[in-house]
Amino acid sequence: MSAPTKHRSAEEIGRTELGPRPFPELGEQRAAADLDTVDTTLANGLRVLAVRRSSVPLVEVRLRIPFGDPAASSVGSTHAARAEVLANTILTGTATRSRVDVDTELALVGGELDAVVDPERLALSGNALVSGFETVLDVLRDVLTGATYPADEVERERARLVERIRLARSQPNVIAREALQRHLYGDHPFAKEMPEAEEVAAVTRDEVLALHASAVLPRGSVVVVVGDVAPDAAVRAVEAALGGWTGEGTAVALSPLSPVRGGDVLFVHRPGAVQSQIRLAGRGLERTDDRYPALQLANLVFGGFFSSRLVENIREDKGYTYSARSHPEFTPGGATLLVDADTASEVTAAALLETRYELGRLGLVPPTESEVDTARRYAIGSLLTATSSQGGLASFLMNLAGLGLGVEWFTGHPGRLADVTVEQVTEVALEFFAPTAFTGVLVGDAELLTPQLRALGGVTLP
Amino acid sequence: MALPELHRFTLPNGLRVVLAPDRSAPVVGVSVHYDVGFRSEPEGRTGFAHLFEHLMFQGSESLEKLAHFRHVQSSGGTFNGSTHPDYTDYYEVLPSAALERALFLEADRMRAPKLTEENLRNQIDVVKEEIRLNVLNRPYGGFPWILLPPVLFQTFPNAHNGYGDFTDLENATVDDCAAFFDTYYAPGNAVLTVAGDFDPEGAKALVEKHFGDVPARPVPSRPSFAEAPPKGELRAEHTDKHAPMPAIAVGYRIPDPVTEVEGYLAYLVLAGVLTDGDGSRLQQRLVHRDAIVVDVGAGCGLFGPLEARDPDTFSITAIHPPEVTSEQVLAAVDEELLRLAEEGPSEQELAKVTARWVSTMHREHDRLTSRTLGLGSAELLFGRAELLYELPDKLAGITTDEVAAAAKALRPDSRAVLTLKPASGGNE
Repeated sequence: MSAPTKHRSAEEIGRTELGPRPFPELGEQRAAADLDTVDTTLANGLRVLAVRRSSVPLVEVRLRIPFGDPAASSVGSTHAARAEVLANTILTGTATRSRVDVDTELALVGGELDAVVDPERLALSGNALVSGFETVLDVLRDVLTGATYPADEVERERARLVERIRLARSQPNVIAREALQRHLYGDHPFAKEMPEAEEVAAVTRDEVLALHASAVLPRGSVVVVVGDVAPDAAVRAVEAALGGWTGEGTAVALSPLSPVRGGDVLFVHRPGAVQSQIRLAGRGLERTDDRYPALQLANLVFGGFFSSRLVENIREDKGYTYSARSHPEFTPGGATLLVDADTASEVTAAALLETRYELGRLGLVPPTESEVDTARRYAIGSLLTATSSQGGLASFLMNLAGLGLGVEWFTGHPGRLADVTVEQVTEVALEFFAPTAFTGVLVGDAELLTPQLRALGGVTLP
Repeated sequence: MALPELHRFTLPNGLRVVLAPDRSAPVVGVSVHYDVGFRSEPEGRTGFAHLFEHLMFQGSESLEKLAHFRHVQSSGGTFNGSTHPDYTDYYEVLPSAALERALFLEADRMRAPKLTEENLRNQIDVVKEEIRLNVLNRPYGGFPWILLPPVLFQTFPNAHNGYGDFTDLENATVDDCAAFFDTYYAPGNAVLTVAGDFDPEGAKALVEKHFGDVPARPVPSRPSFAEAPPKGELRAEHTDKHAPMPAIAVGYRIPDPVTEVEGYLAYLVLAGVLTDGDGSRLQQRLVHRDAIVVDVGAGCGLFGPLEARDPDTFSITAIHPPEVTSEQVLAAVDEELLRLAEEGPSEQELAKVTARWVSTMHREHDRLTSRTLGLGSAELLFGRAELLYELPDKLAGITTDEVAAAAKALRPDSRAVLTLKPASGGNE
């Protein structure tokens, strides 16, 4: 390289007169302040969870409405398509506000509000300067109780949605995710995260209005408020705004899934791919299960963070991947363990082999005391950092609320992690991380991958 | 907005230090920004600054390979690094009990990193996987941050691919790494930032303890990367074999954020007026009224606003269906810019942008990672960490006339237009 005329060698750079230095001990950890919180249910059935965090003069609002397909199978059901159009148009008009009015009013209080839907829930997420809290709640009230779904907005968003679905389906991770969900759950509505373009194109405004009337319901739904506002006052404000939101029945939760069972990995051909998506899945445990904290630590040791066996093997030792990870996903009535890695075509089969090797090794050569302690301290510390902002805390509590849990689960979790023993981790590792407990999909170019995958076995090839 | 407490000092070896205490949560952020990014790479070594960033995690005199990750994570923390046009950053965010450990880790690799052949080869493989993941195997990969600069800029530092091409990466040697480290990773070429839960006096003592004996080395004088704006409209076309629809990116030059910060910020406000929210000009026109694009965005800097020195880019990007031509999109953009140039935005449009910025800045400060990195990059690039806290007021001071003037300066005869075509022409 041309820049310097004279420089030290790499060996000289890596050496000092004093030599290696001792790594410092941890200092004294200050406890997080107790959370000031209220968790209550309004007369209309809406649960409200309010937490004060006053680090900045903002407020975060999350509304989660269970939004499952009441049908047992997604075959022949247009729920996903209607739900998608609803989510994309619910904020486009009411009796008193146009789409631009909604945006303008929120912007003037430094706010925003978005709606997204997935097979489990419709979520409306917003935030604003705390001085605009009532504005956000009023817009929320207005769309929940009086969204008009203007015909021209429905028509345009429907057309745009068709294009956005096409864009999404060109992304390798989306292709892999859709294939995995179908492979694991078949026609269960949980597997249908994105409707077909032609289903969306056929959705009418009347169908969207009907879906809103039948499914946008307060009973079973939850609002989380986190911000620079006293919890009692936040609950009163939510009640004043949303107390009049009513509807027959309870918002629809998805029916439970059958647990994932191990089996061959399904190969999915993507012509011209220079990299493959490896996506494995096995059964996990719900957050409320007694063995969940042990499984959380076993998962971290396997592939749940950078200092894990999988990352150290296939990234830091072999250079097969930029990112590999394993993580739990909480599903209706259960949980799934997911293992993801993207690897160059030439090393895909080798990376799959190493991933299976590490799955087997976790049970057979159990985590050491030191591995478990590293995972434990990471689990406790990262919970602290991830929830140290208002937005992070609001999203975390929203996810807990979706599982029927509250702040006490969050505050009690460090203690549960502290109590896990190495034996408990060893036991769940053998049961849940056995290679035979996993199945999955592998997306890549069949022409390049078939010979190696056939030799490796355990992969259903085209 | 009240200005939070900021302390700054410089160690005898030249290391600049910013301390930003805030006791609201028991967590702490530590970052080191080095004044070198991919603009400083010599020809034939594209992607080197980023590759080198990877190597700085691979061990040191005191810590074997992988120990850095384990020490951060077993202290309950998270870490990362990133390479930009004008700087490279490294950071940890941890429970506050681990502050001294984070300082030790950053000082240790600033003092004596272990640069080995084995780690270099391994990280070249990892970086190639990163490029496959984010660019080669993905629709719209590198659009527009890799694809637009070679159209808008003429000189190698500004125009080349910061991720690098595979041949250049493979040719990198351990001696290149040693030269790069000795030249650019001197303490006097870096800013250390500590934000969050700590006592300033105690933190200062720890900084001196760990960084004090990193020997001073000469600091390279940074060459000017200035170049003249385009003298006409520059055009290029890129074929993307994975993309299902065409896209367009338009790039313009903007004022130097160091010497003309108000001039620069007028473009930040303009970006908000153009594409922030359903009521913004281009969302209204292109998405809702004409319905000719799927999505549109505008902004300062290809890595975000105030993330680079001069020369920097204002860009407008859109993805559109194949039945719409890029000329239709461009004509509509030009019409809206002309209207803004002639009539200016309304006071209400400015009030919306300002209020959303105040709120966005608070939200960024509330995330310790963003706050730490924001303070560090502002100190390094502009010599003023407090700029971060002054931005809302400065943005509120931008007038309708200044925004109109900014729109007027986005001229068709001095810009780059990149069109992205799907290999299939967009018809499946």
